[in-house]
Amino acid sequence: MSKLITSRRGLLKGAAAGGLLAASPLVSRYAQAQSSAPIRIGFQQHSTGIGAAYGRWYGRTTEAAAKAINDAGGINGRPLEIVAEDDGTDPKRGAEVVEKFANQHECDVAFGTLFSHVVFGSAPAAGELKIPYFVVSEGHHVASGALNRYTLQPGITDVKSQVQAMAPYVSQNLGKKVTMIFPDFAFGHDHRDFFTQAIEAQGGEVLEHIAIPPTETSFTKYFPKIPRDTEVLYHVMVGPAVLTFVKELGEFFGPSAPAIFGFIDSLEAVDMSSPGLEFLDGTYFWEGMPRYAQADQTEYDKAFRAAVGVDENGASVSDAKDVSTYAHMFGCWETLYIIKRGMEASGYAGPQDRAKLIEAVEAMSAMDEGFEHPQGPKIFNGKTHQTFGKQYISRVENGRMVRVHSTSIEDTFYPDEVDYTAQSF
Amino acid sequence: MSETGKIWALHLALIAALIVAGLVLPAYHQGNLARILVLATYAVGYNLLFGYTGLLSLGHAMFFGAGMYGLGLAMQHGDVSALPAFVIGLICAAVLAAVVALLALRTIGVAFMIVTLMFAQSAFLTVLYFGEWTRGDEGFVLQQATRQIAGVDLSEPTNRYYAALILFSAALLITLKLVRARFGRVLVAIRENEERTRMLGYDCFRHKFLAVVLSGTLSGAAGAAYGLLFGYVGASFTGVQYSIFPLLWVLLGGAGTVIGPFVGALFMFYLIDYASGWTSAYMLIAGAVLVALTLFAPLGLMGELRKRWLRWLP
Amino acid sequence: MEFGPHLMLAILEGAVGAAVLSLTALGLSLVFGVMRVVNVAHGEFFMLGAVLAWFVATALGGHPAVGFVAALVVAPLIAGVIAAAADWLILKRVEYDPEATIVATIGILYIMQQSALMLYGPEARPVEPPFNSRIALPWVEWGENGLALFYPWGFGTTTYKLFVIVAAAALLVAFWLFLTRSRFGLIMRATQLDRETALAFGIPVERVYALVFGLGAALAAFAAVLIVPISQAHYLMGGDPLLLSFIVVIIGGLGSIRGTILAALLIGLSDGIISVFFSPTLAKILATLLVALVLVFRPQGLFGKKPA
Repeated sequence: MSKLITSRRGLLKGAAAGGLLAASPLVSRYAQAQSSAPIRIGFQQHSTGIGAAYGRWYGRTTEAAAKAINDAGGINGRPLEIVAEDDGTDPKRGAEVVEKFANQHECDVAFGTLFSHVVFGSAPAAGELKIPYFVVSEGHHVASGALNRYTLQPGITDVKSQVQAMAPYVSQNLGKKVTMIFPDFAFGHDHRDFFTQAIEAQGGEVLEHIAIPPTETSFTKYFPKIPRDTEVLYHVMVGPAVLTFVKELGEFFGPSAPAIFGFIDSLEAVDMSSPGLEFLDGTYFWEGMPRYAQADQTEYDKAFRAAVGVDENGASVSDAKDVSTYAHMFGCWETLYIIKRGMEASGYAGPQDRAKLIEAVEAMSAMDEGFEHPQGPKIFNGKTHQTFGKQYISRVENGRMVRVHSTSIEDTFYPDEVDYTAQSF
Repeated sequence: MSETGKIWALHLALIAALIVAGLVLPAYHQGNLARILVLATYAVGYNLLFGYTGLLSLGHAMFFGAGMYGLGLAMQHGDVSALPAFVIGLICAAVLAAVVALLALRTIGVAFMIVTLMFAQSAFLTVLYFGEWTRGDEGFVLQQATRQIAGVDLSEPTNRYYAALILFSAALLITLKLVRARFGRVLVAIRENEERTRMLGYDCFRHKFLAVVLSGTLSGAAGAAYGLLFGYVGASFTGVQYSIFPLLWVLLGGAGTVIGPFVGALFMFYLIDYASGWTSAYMLIAGAVLVALTLFAPLGLMGELRKRWLRWLP
Repeated sequence: MEFGPHLMLAILEGAVGAAVLSLTALGLSLVFGVMRVVNVAHGEFFMLGAVLAWFVATALGGHPAVGFVAALVVAPLIAGVIAAAADWLILKRVEYDPEATIVATIGILYIMQQSALMLYGPEARPVEPPFNSRIALPWVEWGENGLALFYPWGFGTTTYKLFVIVAAAALLVAFWLFLTRSRFGLIMRATQLDRETALAFGIPVERVYALVFGLGAALAAFAAVLIVPISQAHYLMGGDPLLLSFIVVIIGGLGSIRGTILAALLIGLSDGIISVFFSPTLAKILATLLVALVLVFRPQGLFGKKPA
C-alpha cells in the first residue's frame, strides 16, 4: 500500500512539473467539461454561539483568501466558491453542516472549524462521507490520532507544540517556579499536561495547577491559591469572562505581581486599551502571529493585513474598536492556499479525486514563508496530518504587544503519535 | 373503522411512510431524518413524563447523557462491543432515573423543575470533572470500525437510518401501547388531578416513579443511539439546552400526543435548516415562528389537529 | 496558609454575586409570583441591560460616571418597555397559558439573542466603572521572624465591588417599601393572591400584568448595569442569570422577598465557600447538589408556605 502511494506521489510530482497532467486524456476531458464550474469549499463558520467573535474574522480572512486566489486565476483554472454554513459553535450542528456540504451543496472539501469540540463532533461525518475536512483549530485532536484520514490541520500549529515551545523561554527569562491557571476542560487540560511536562524538562516546576470551572464568572476568590513563591503565573482562559479574569488578576496583585505569561487566546478580539487592562503592561503573551505590526514587519504580513482589511494594530481598517483574532485567523488563509496547492498537484477535477487530494497534501513537507504563508515557514507532517511552525512571544509595552522572541520550528516538534497514511481511504 | 383501528392504522402508516422515505429520500435528507428519529425518540421519552404524567423536568439531558456516556465510555475505555455497550447505556440511564426519581418526586410542580435542573447541572459538571476519561467538553470520537452490531456497519447511511427507525418505532409503539393501557390512563389521571387519583386508591408515587424511570430510559436509549450512530460523545449533549430542546419539541408537536414529539423535532430541525439557508439571522426567523405558533397553535401542531379534527388522536 | 484569605474573598465575591442575583431573581419572582408564568427570556432582559449600558456609555463618552448613571436610568426603562410590549402583544394573547408562554418566551429569547448579535456583535465589551480604587490589605502571619506581611495575599477588592453590594441593598429596600407601602404594590399583591377577586374589585389585571412583566425585566436590566463594569456585556450572557435566578426564586419560596434574598446569599456564598475545601469544579458540583437537596427536603422552599 505504502509503496503504491509513494509511486503515485512520485508520478504526480513529475506530472505536475512536466505539465504531463494536462496532456492526460481523461483529465483534459474533465477539465474542459468542468472548466467553468467553481470549486466549492464548504466553510464551517462559528457565526453564532460562543465562537462568534472568531467566526466573524475567520469569515473575513477566508473571503479575502478566496478573492486573492480567484484574482490570480483560481485553482486549476476554476474559480473558488466559498459556501458558508453556521455551525452554531456546536458539535452536533457541526456534523450536520459537514453532511450538508457533502450531500446537499456538493462541496469538494470542508474547511474552517476552530473550536475543538466541533472538530471532534464533525470529524466522524467527514470520515464517513469521505470528504476532506481541513480544520483551523489549533487543537491536538488531529495529531493525537483520535480522528481519521480525511481530517487534516495543515495551516495552523497545535496546542501541544505551541505550549512546549514556550517552556524554554519562560524558564530562562521569567522564572522556574510556575503556577498555572486554566479552564477545567479539555483545552485547559492540554495546557496543564503539555506545559508541566515541558517546564520540567527545562529544570523548572509547576507549583500549583488551578483549574477554573467553565461556568465561573468571578475569579478573585481563586487567586489566594497561588503559592507565594510563584515566579511565573501562566494563564490561559477562553470565553466571554476572560476580560473579567484578567482585570481581577490585576486588581488582586496590584503592583506586586510575579511575572505573568498568558496565551493570547484569552484576549483575542479584545482591545488591549480596554479599561482595566492597563496592568497587563510588562506581561508576556504567546501569539500565533503578532497582532501589532512589528518593526521588522515582512512584506507578507503587510500584504496579508491589506487583503483582510486589518490595520497595523490588528483592528479592522473600518473600525478601530473591531479587533481581529489575529493570532489564529492566518490559518484560514494558509489552509486555503494549501488546498489550492494540493488540488493543483493532484490534478483535482471533482469529488472522485478527493483521496488523491489528501495524498497530495500528505506528500507536502516544507512550506516557505511568503504571501501564501504570511505567518512564517512551516513543516507539515503528512503522517500525523499536522503542521509545525514558529511561535512568537510578545511583551505588552504601552498597550502594544512587541515581539520579544521567536521559537524555531524544531522547538515545536514532538514524536509522532499516529500514522494516518497507514489507514485506508 | 373503530377508534383502536384508526389509531393503529395512523401510527403504523407513519412507520411505513418512514420505511419508504429511507429508500427514496436523497442522501442529505436521509441523514437528517436519521438524526431526527433519534432526537424524536428522546422527545417521546420526555413526553411520557411531561405530556402524560404532567411532570415538567428541566434535566432530561442527564438521562440522554447517561445513555451516551454509558455506551461511549464502555466502548472507548472498556473495549466493549456496540450491542452490550448499548445495554450498559440503558442501564446507566435507568439507574440514574431511579435515583433522581426517588429524590425529586418528593417535590412537585416548579420545585420538581428546579430539582431536576440542578441534578442535571451537577451531571454536566461531573462529565467535565472526570475529564481524564471523558475529555470534558471536547468529548471523544467512537472509531468507525467499532460501530457495528452483528456485522452491520451502523456508520453506513442506510443502515444507520433503519437502525434509527427501529429505535424510534419501538419507542413510539411502546408509548402508544402504554398510554392506552391502564397504566397510561392512571398517569393522565395524575396529571389532571393527583389528589383525586390517590383517593381512588391508586399508588401515585409508584406510577410516577415508573414514569420517570421509563422516560429516563427511553431518553438514555436515544443518547446511546446518538453516540453509536453518529460516532461522537461530548459534554454539550448534557448541557441545559439539551434539556430544553425536548420540552420545546414536545410543546411544538403537541404535548400528550404520541406522534407530537416526532412532528416537533422534525419541524424544528427543518425550520433551522431552511432558515439558515435564507439568511444568517435565522435565529430571528426561528424565534418569530415560535411566537407565531404559540399565537395560532397554542396546543402544538398535533394538539390543534386533535382539538379540531381528530378527536381520537392518542 | 491560603485558607483564610480564600475564605474571606470567597465571602466577599459571593456577596457581590448575591447582590446582583437577588435583584435579577426578584424580577423573575415578581413575574412568576403574580402572573404564574415562566419567563424563559428573563436572562435576555439582563443581557439587554448590559448591552444597553455599553451603548449609552459609548454614546455619551466623557467621564465614566456620566455614562454609568445614564445607563442606570435608561437601560431598565428600555428593557421594561420592550418587556411590557412583549406581554401586551404576545403573552396576553395566549392568555398566560403556562406551556404556550414557555414556547413564546423561548421565541423571544432567540429573537433577542440574534438581534444583539447583529446590532452589538459577538465580542465581550467592557464598560468603565464610575470609580474603581483598589483596596488591598496584606495578609498577616506570625512566622519565624515574628510578624510577617504578605502582599497581596490578604484582603483585596475594589471600591466599585463594595458599591454594587450597597446599591443592590438600597434598591431591595426601596422595592420592599414600594411593594408594602404603595398603592400599586397593594394592587400587585392583590392580583398575586387572587386574580379573579382582583378583577371583581375592578383592578385592571391586564395592565397590572404588563406593568409587572416590564418591572421584572427592568430589575434584571438594572442588575446587569451594576455588574457590567465588573464582567463585560456579551450577547450570550443571559443564560446563567436565568438559571440561577430561577433556582433562587424556588429555593427562597414563591412570593417571599425575604426568601429570595436569603436564597441568593445561600447560592452566592455556598460554592465560593465550598471551593475553599475542594477543587473548584468539584465544589460547584457539591454546591449544586446541596442546594437541590434543600429543595428535596423542603419542597416549598425556605420561606414558602406549605401547599394546602
